[in-house]
Amino acid sequence: MGHVVIMGAHAGGMEKPAFSVPAKKMAMWLFIIADTATFAGCLVAYGFLRNATPDWPRPFHSITNVAIMTFILVTSSLTMLFAMAAAKAGDKEKAFRWTLITAGGGILFALLHIREWLGLIHEGMTLLKNPWGTGLFGAAFFSITGLHLLHVTGGVIALVVVGIRYRGGHYSADDLEITGLYWHFVDLVWMFVVPFVYLLNLSH
Amino acid sequence: MATAAAHKSATSRYVVAYISILSIAALQFVIAYSNVTAPQMFARMLFLAAVEAALALLFFMHLSENHGLLGFVLILTVFVLLAMQYGWTDSFRELLGAPWSNYSKY
Repeated sequence: MGHVVIMGAHAGGMEKPAFSVPAKKMAMWLFIIADTATFAGCLVAYGFLRNATPDWPRPFHSITNVAIMTFILVTSSLTMLFAMAAAKAGDKEKAFRWTLITAGGGILFALLHIREWLGLIHEGMTLLKNPWGTGLFGAAFFSITGLHLLHVTGGVIALVVVGIRYRGGHYSADDLEITGLYWHFVDLVWMFVVPFVYLLNLSH
Repeated sequence: MATAAAHKSATSRYVVAYISILSIAALQFVIAYSNVTAPQMFARMLFLAAVEAALALLFFMHLSENHGLLGFVLILTVFVLLAMQYGWTDSFRELLGAPWSNYSKY
């Protein structure tokens, strides 16, 4: 009897979830806010250096590669939405397929990114020096795009793992949606990296 | 039946948001080749990136469906972003000397 009373007291004391959002989803939102601060810190530091350095290089001759990368990443966000919609409709196979397509987009993006890095390294750019101007450019460029690439890689792994476990019945549609939130965030960060790191450094 | 209609409506919303984001990204690429000053280009790029981010937050990340969470995320994020802007005056000092001492050069 005493046990029942104690349980009842706990149940009565339970708070409603903040903003009607499940705890796991709320945790992902808090992570996203914290990660926004990380990327914003990097971009503001990059802006500080770019503004304060007269011989800032403008090494990008073509935007074709970055345009394709942008298209792939934004499209992968759409395919993730299709995966979530299928998961909510209870169609596990379809949701899994769309999740794998999303992960495939992430892999393609990462490969194009690495190809671009190798091209710049081949032209003589390193973390500390480059043939065009201040050596700070390499440090800023590799730090920001590297941090983003790390997020993409982590996202691809998360998508595959969560997708497989969702299909196996270990994870729910909510778990897939939470992973999707992370993937959209990675896409959102790229929307700021492209104009500031690439397009403002285009050689005319 | 109602669920199928809601599913179709959500999918259409996603596709519209996707096309809008891609169009804005394309506009940024066009602006990158336009003949404007660096501050003008920066302002345009920042504005368009903010619009893209807003579309992604509202429709891809579903914040349009939860106004309480939208307010929570916006207040925290905007506060953090604004708090980071304190360094710009020092950045100009690095370039121009003491703040505003060479303002006419800029």
